[in-house]
Amino acid sequence: MPLSCKMDGRKMTALIAGEVDHHRAKQLMLDLERKIEISYPKELILDLSGVTFMDSSGIAVLLRTCRRMREVEGQFRVTQVPHQAGRVLRTAGLQKMMSITFSGEEE
Amino acid sequence: MKPVNEVKMEFLSRSSNEGFARAAAACFAAQMDPTLEELGDIKTAVSEGVTNAIIHAYPNEIGKVMVRMRIFPEHILEIVIRDWGIGISNIEQAKEPMYTTGGADRSGMGFTIMESFMDTMRVRSQVGKGTTLTLRRRISRRLSHSE
Repeated sequence: MPLSCKMDGRKMTALIAGEVDHHRAKQLMLDLERKIEISYPKELILDLSGVTFMDSSGIAVLLRTCRRMREVEGQFRVTQVPHQAGRVLRTAGLQKMMSITFSGEEE
Repeated sequence: MKPVNEVKMEFLSRSSNEGFARAAAACFAAQMDPTLEELGDIKTAVSEGVTNAIIHAYPNEIGKVMVRMRIFPEHILEIVIRDWGIGISNIEQAKEPMYTTGGADRSGMGFTIMESFMDTMRVRSQVGKGTTLTLRRRISRRLSHSE
């Protein structure tokens, strides 16, 4: 699974690469939840720069990860969202529910 | 109106075919010289429609999914996604944003995304018989290409 995480103190950066669709989403959710459980980060940054395709299955992944981080009282940010994935997330209004930085925007 | 070109494919409702279906749709649409954004929208809409058929039409079995793509004059791409699954009893409810019968794994945004990414979307369904989804999108004509 192209998910790689690195810890910097209690800050975790998770890089997702490849296509995020229904076929892959469930495993990705489980992998992210396991990483949160093991490392218990204070802050989770989900870097989507390597995502080549995302459909509404990705929305469920982000919502569930966001909820999980709230449960452990940690911060959650989504960064480097590529254009196509950005169109999907914006259509769902996800930028109103969590912190999202779209690719090409200032950090 | 007669189509200029047409392709039809049929596959089993396995989730590994979601990637195949959207890639095939993008390949077929490529002859219309779409922009990258249009291509992304087509792939996304096909992915949503095919995923619906795989998850919701056949919740407890593997069935067949048919995708037919046609190009009409005036640069219109039509995509029909058909299944012979359980059908949708309440189409209006199914279309509502955030409505899903798929549990926490699903966002309920599939129809909303297809509706906003394509020009038109028509859903026909009969409980016990299956669902036919028809999507249409006019692809822009780029100035550098005169036909």
